[in-house]
Amino acid sequence: MINLESLEDKNIRFMERIEAGEKIEADDWMPDEYRNVLIKLISMHGISEIMGALPEKEWVPKAPTLKRKLGIMAKVQDEMGHGQLLLRVTEDLIKPLGRTREDIMEDLFTGRLKFHNVFHMEAPTWGDAGLIGWLIDGAAIITQTNMLNASYGPYARALKRICAEEVFHAQHGEAIILALAEGTDDQKKMVQEAVDRWWEPLLMFFGPGDAKATGSSKQDVTAKYRIRSKSNEELRQDFFTKYVPRILSIGLTIPDSTMLYDQKQDKWVYQQPDWEKFKEIVKNKGPKSQERLRLRELSYENNEWVREALAQSEEAI
Amino acid sequence: MTELGTPSFKKTVVELLYQLADDDFILACRGSEWLGLAPHIEEDVAFSSISQDTMGHAAMFYGLLEQLGEGNMDELSHAREGSQRKNAVLCEIPNGTGHYLKEPRYDWAFTVVRQFYYSIAKKIKLESLKQSAYEPLAHAAVKINMELHYHILHWTVWFKQLILSGGEAKQRMLEAIIRVEQEFGDVCSLGPLSAEMANLKLIDKEDVLLERFHNSVKPVFHTLSIPYKGSFGYRSGRGRFGEHTQELQHALTTLTEVYRTDPAAAW
Repeated sequence: MINLESLEDKNIRFMERIEAGEKIEADDWMPDEYRNVLIKLISMHGISEIMGALPEKEWVPKAPTLKRKLGIMAKVQDEMGHGQLLLRVTEDLIKPLGRTREDIMEDLFTGRLKFHNVFHMEAPTWGDAGLIGWLIDGAAIITQTNMLNASYGPYARALKRICAEEVFHAQHGEAIILALAEGTDDQKKMVQEAVDRWWEPLLMFFGPGDAKATGSSKQDVTAKYRIRSKSNEELRQDFFTKYVPRILSIGLTIPDSTMLYDQKQDKWVYQQPDWEKFKEIVKNKGPKSQERLRLRELSYENNEWVREALAQSEEAI
Repeated sequence: MTELGTPSFKKTVVELLYQLADDDFILACRGSEWLGLAPHIEEDVAFSSISQDTMGHAAMFYGLLEQLGEGNMDELSHAREGSQRKNAVLCEIPNGTGHYLKEPRYDWAFTVVRQFYYSIAKKIKLESLKQSAYEPLAHAAVKINMELHYHILHWTVWFKQLILSGGEAKQRMLEAIIRVEQEFGDVCSLGPLSAEMANLKLIDKEDVLLERFHNSVKPVFHTLSIPYKGSFGYRSGRGRFGEHTQELQHALTTLTEVYRTDPAAAW
């Protein structure tokens, strides 16, 4: 029987499924808007995991003890694993469009595919290595648990595993930070400087409060399709509630003298980050953007002969 | 059963443990420099897991040294000078040109061959160490040996696949085999106390281990229809005797950068 269902009917039925809380699977029919927003979101998440391994990679050999070396090696390996898992989810979504992983990499190199603002930043000390685990992964847990019930099944399932591992990462980071915060004066200074450096990127991590700040926002579309439930600002507020007391309790200060919890409004009041700067950073104009992209590009170029060899052996099989 | 009461027994165990620990420590570090640079994401995940295992093995061996009163394991891994290190020179050779953060042009063929040869040699040592007269080492060998099985599977797939694909890949692999064999004598060496190690039944004799290595690798070469020379050298030095390249010192400078800022601090 020929399926005469119109596009409009398909859309209506799709939204009924979404609203009924059903999970959408890779082979199901889906509107282009849904597919595109997922591709954008998940490929950016995946590539951010991979690019995010690079600032920490700097500290893998330098970690100060055997235990810390093992800890950070395990953590960075997990991040690469998350990247791989998410690229697989993306590959299924882009397959009907005739696109492959090669295209994802190409998009990264040309700047069409962006990665998270935090991974464009410098990580000049061991304090930064700890802070990335503690607060960046802590922030990631907040944004990702917000999508654990995402309507797209493959993404929701990947996130379940990712979030479980991120909890270990946050603990690994916290352990490094606590050792430094309880350590020598130099160690305390190191961790405070890391907090000062990362505060603004952390605020930016959750994205602009609304489209006014940066000119565009995908928040409405992702909410409509039940991919996420909370807004960027709600997530940022959750982060403050969870981490501001913890930061203060270990004797660190927050580099924002205007910050306070407003009981009347029931929310944190804080200095907005420079959203113009954010726009520049995610356009690969951050302090480390080009250097880190260069590492990936170089490895891609340098291993071309390996990819060719593997393609040949696949043909032979 | 252990005769740690005799100074010569202890001295010989310590010598062997330094070789095992230092080999794994520096090779795990070389492996971790590949992070984010491997031929594909799946390999990044697998290789970093192997490097992590290898670092874990180093920590176990340094832990045994700590138990023998050699000092704290972080000191042993981070504070010893290059000239005190007992690792085989092959393990310290850089992955290629450039720095791990700046313009790294790493050689995957060299890495695959080094890892393949090293994993097999390590497994053969571990099989022998399972019967070691030093019981804590025998126990450690049982645990480590289980992981080595997977390392060998992994590197064998790469070794075979790159050679079988022919062309440039095969050429690069054949060149890498020559390069690795030129240094491999050092990996097979048990150093100045080799005879005592065998006499005290800590590990089998060097030539017995070497024979087992040839017997393991020769059939792989045979199935790939490439000649197996099996003649190994010490081109860049004898690490078991404290001879090392400048590259080890450079690597140690990076590896101990944070530790050295305050060795007494808790990190």
